[in-house]
Amino acid sequence: MSESTVPQAKTNGWEPKIVAFCCNWCSYGGADSAGMGRFQQPASTRIIRVMCSGRIDPLHVFNAFLEGADAVLVTGCHIGDCHYVNGNDKTKIKYKYLESVVQQLGIEKERLQLNWISASEGEKFANFIRDVTEQIKKLGPSPLKPEGVV
Amino acid sequence: MGKVGAVAIIGAGIAGIQSALDLADGGFKVYLIDSKTTIGGRMAQLDKTFPTLDCAMCIVSPKLVEASRHPNIDLILYSDVTSVSGTEGNFKLKLLKKARYVEEDKCTGCGICVEKCPSKVPDEYNAGLSKRKAIYLAFPQAVPRVMTIDAAHCLYLTKEKCGVCKKVCAAGAVNYEQKDREIELDVGSIILATGFTPFDPLLLKQYKPTHPDVITSMQFERILSASGPTQGHVLRPSDGKAPKYIGFIQCIGSRNPHIGRSRCSSVCCMQAIKEAIIAREHDPNLDITIFNIDIRAFGKGFEEFYSRAKKEFGIKFITSRPPEVQVDSAGKMFVRYEDLNEGKIKNMPLDLVVLSVGLDPSPETKKLASMLGLDLDEFGNVTSLIDHPLETNAPGIHACGVVQGPKDIPDTVAQGSGAAAKASALLATERGTLIKEKIYPKEKAIPEQPRIGVMVCHCGINIGGVVNVPAVVEYAKTLPNVVHSEEAIYACSKDNQEKIITLIQEKNLNRFVVASCTPRTHEQLFQNTLKDAALNPYLFEFANIREHCSWVHMNEKEKATQKAKDIVRMGVAKSNLLAPLSTSKVPVTQTALVIGGGIAGMTCALDIANNGFPVFLVEKEEKLGGLLRHVTSLEDGRRSSDIITPLIRNVMSHPRIQVFTGTQLAELKGYVGNFEGTLDTKGTKHEIKFGVAVIATGANELVPSGYYNYGARNIITQLNLENALENGFEKPPENVVMIQCAGARVPERPYCSRTCCVEAVKNAIRIKKETKASVYVLYRDMRTYGVWEKLYREASSLGVVFLRYSEEKPPVVKDSTVTVHDLLIGDDIEIEADLIVLSAPMVAPASNVELAKLFKVPMDKNGFFLEAHAKLRPVEFATTGVLLCGTAQAPKLIDEGIAQASGAAAKACVLLSKVEMETDAMIAVVDEKLCIGCGTCVKVCPFNAPQLIEVEVNAEEVVYLAKKSRINPAMCKGCGSCAASCPTGAISPRGFTAPQIKAAVRAFSGIVEVPS
Repeated sequence: MSESTVPQAKTNGWEPKIVAFCCNWCSYGGADSAGMGRFQQPASTRIIRVMCSGRIDPLHVFNAFLEGADAVLVTGCHIGDCHYVNGNDKTKIKYKYLESVVQQLGIEKERLQLNWISASEGEKFANFIRDVTEQIKKLGPSPLKPEGVV
Repeated sequence: MGKVGAVAIIGAGIAGIQSALDLADGGFKVYLIDSKTTIGGRMAQLDKTFPTLDCAMCIVSPKLVEASRHPNIDLILYSDVTSVSGTEGNFKLKLLKKARYVEEDKCTGCGICVEKCPSKVPDEYNAGLSKRKAIYLAFPQAVPRVMTIDAAHCLYLTKEKCGVCKKVCAAGAVNYEQKDREIELDVGSIILATGFTPFDPLLLKQYKPTHPDVITSMQFERILSASGPTQGHVLRPSDGKAPKYIGFIQCIGSRNPHIGRSRCSSVCCMQAIKEAIIAREHDPNLDITIFNIDIRAFGKGFEEFYSRAKKEFGIKFITSRPPEVQVDSAGKMFVRYEDLNEGKIKNMPLDLVVLSVGLDPSPETKKLASMLGLDLDEFGNVTSLIDHPLETNAPGIHACGVVQGPKDIPDTVAQGSGAAAKASALLATERGTLIKEKIYPKEKAIPEQPRIGVMVCHCGINIGGVVNVPAVVEYAKTLPNVVHSEEAIYACSKDNQEKIITLIQEKNLNRFVVASCTPRTHEQLFQNTLKDAALNPYLFEFANIREHCSWVHMNEKEKATQKAKDIVRMGVAKSNLLAPLSTSKVPVTQTALVIGGGIAGMTCALDIANNGFPVFLVEKEEKLGGLLRHVTSLEDGRRSSDIITPLIRNVMSHPRIQVFTGTQLAELKGYVGNFEGTLDTKGTKHEIKFGVAVIATGANELVPSGYYNYGARNIITQLNLENALENGFEKPPENVVMIQCAGARVPERPYCSRTCCVEAVKNAIRIKKETKASVYVLYRDMRTYGVWEKLYREASSLGVVFLRYSEEKPPVVKDSTVTVHDLLIGDDIEIEADLIVLSAPMVAPASNVELAKLFKVPMDKNGFFLEAHAKLRPVEFATTGVLLCGTAQAPKLIDEGIAQASGAAAKACVLLSKVEMETDAMIAVVDEKLCIGCGTCVKVCPFNAPQLIEVEVNAEEVVYLAKKSRINPAMCKGCGSCAASCPTGAISPRGFTAPQIKAAVRAFSGIVEVPS
């Protein structure tokens, strides 16, 4: 993409681009339920499906930032509901580590968020996307965004 | 003579299709017969389904494809049964297959004949609102995709003119000489599933059914549908303009004894609410009123849906059924109704009137019933008993779906499965004798270079109405290694499955990406299509541009299109790195565990055992019987002991059922086919092994503390009343007041408990018959749905007084005085009662939480178990091998619980009928060269799948012993937690490998990397 798109990105029309990691059984289903319930949400987010949030390697999250994500969402089943017994509990622990690294890199904490969303919580999913998008709009593009990426 | 291991199913709607699939999967030959040219029945005509607003075609289409592809299902369509002889185990059917004048094996379904045909005929699929041609396909996604010539309207067949279809048919499929032909079938059992026909409102001239802007609910369904006559735009038929005021009139052809239709049709209230919501979604300016007697929103999630219709969509509900539709001198339509708030008769002008027509028995049901020797009830339904809802009076002949009584889709599907369990139990010794295995073509080797095909789905207008599909198609063509990209109206339809196969073969594709809906429902369908095309199924990738895009960005078409492109790009990027995956086989423990010894659990256990498989039946109480032990009489007047005593006897004496009372499942491990559990009988442990589990843990009656002074003297629940009616009152009451919805349909418990209205009316009748007491029933909506409307009529005729109260002004109980604000007279009424009976809802047992954790299955927000799909998978969990039935799923009547139990049994038998099953292909594998034997994966895995083993390592000059991880493919569930914790990246969860995820992440910013 041309470099001229970068200054435009700072204008009011700028839309954040967000990566959401969703687990197959709960939060991906929650995103599906948002669709089925027609819960409207900003078109800011791109979902990457994994079987369990426990699959999300911190490296995947850093990769997403390095590719220009303005925020990265880690989502899974509510604690206790994991289809794989306790994958999300392990996610929680890894997430603490992720948070500390993100902090050391100087990225605003709003850019990395964890949320538990069940397959029936379509409205919650939509609200989450709306809230995060609003927060990131206020912050502007991610400082890690590579040159030339909108 | 031995029995025949084949079943004839008459009626290929969703009930018949479900029966067919379960029987064929369980090892029986199936003949699926219909008088229509296609399978799918009424459900294929629906736009969406309540209460989840799933697109009906989207969820039924995979079933149509599955049924038509099944090697053990023969579709015999456009055929009528002409005679039946023989008995249980050995029936002979004669059928007349009508001439289509098109050779089924030659027609490709291309549709060129339809385009050229000059003769137009009203289109039945669009309920007469549009025209089809004399040569036609019933609907765009019809299965099989074979044209039919309507002989009555074909110019060649009537006048020997035209003949254009034959001329243009490149396949040479048109054959005007084709004759009707006779077919004979030998089967062991027959299932009748002939469904319904919508009531014809011409019988009710006062509603002006011939006025162009007075339409039926079925016609409105078509208007709302993207594939309908107005492409989903809400337009009135008279002038094609958008209406402003729409009125639904309920109970047209239902609850009306004057025209011989006194039963309630069960589904019309929800259908009207659904249609009203969809109409409002299409056009937010619509003003919609539903005129009704009661709103019967009794199913799972229905009351909440009704509530949303009022609060979120502003749909108005008026409790008054207009007696007629009138037209004023200016030609404007209006209806007269009673405004109960003001106590006045009012007029409401309407631009469009929708008559909510009831469900009449299909015309062929009567003919078939007399041919098969079946009794019909006073409503024309096939007669059955509460305890045998799927069995007819004729041995070996079963009935399911609406032919047995009005019901909605999930109950129909459960009955479809249930009838399969009954038929297969009868023919259990013949299982596997007449079937053939589905043989897929040998997988072809995959060259290094990916060649990717992309299909972008319009999903009617579900996607195409928001996302610019052609633009996405063109965009996909620009992505690396995409060699073909095209659009489809419905990617899931049968013709498009065939299209995908052709594309893969002709263009030598080795990856395929479909951009449409969610992999959660449709992945398997497309994976099987790849298998048919000799490709490994795991070379398929989904791009969800409906749930995650068009449906959630309805007002942002450009952004939605951009997002759809991004999603397709990410899918293509991942597909570049997909690899073929293989499975292995593990033995199946051909035994079931049923948890819960109530009517549902016992029925399920018995059906599984009668199918030839051993069952462990576990009940936590000391006695079998569940909640029904506290019920004394049945809706049909029999004692509940009439059904429960023989059932307990059959269960206890069955050689294949082992009963554990006073027992709970304490521990569980394993997976479908190979579960291991520990039963705890008051401290005594039993280790058991089983292949499938059924959760049938039932429900309890709420203790209505905090409602209507419960706890005070002479205030009891309906179950207490059952007991008193059976065993005598302390002091016989003279004035009985029943209060409905005591603790239900309230903010803290928003659901309707479904059974309490029937229960109350049943007990009210009993009081009237057995005592001299007066009975008052205070209700919000009288939900005596289906055939039980007759109990409501009987109670009224016996003098039971029904008073309607509103949600805002519930009755007040003070000492022995009940004050109710009666909506009909608009005033407070005081009743002196010596017995107050609270109709308290069924509630889920608190112990469900523990069970949900053991099995890792979800519960809904009311604490009941959550089935895999609200419409089409009512007795399954998303987790394979774990099933549910009865009131564990949601409150329901006895016959409904029994039908579900048989349905769950059918699903269990499908799994248990196999000696071995395939393991998952999507499991984690270890690269031993990278593994340092740290054991992190062993600690992280909750399934004990990885193990450290000692191997000899030969590293350049040095040979040494080292620990390496190995993952047991039968125990790995593919979650990938181990991979995310492995410090050296030695573990790859297949299907979600690090390079694949990285490719998707990278494509997020616009770059698609090609594998090196």
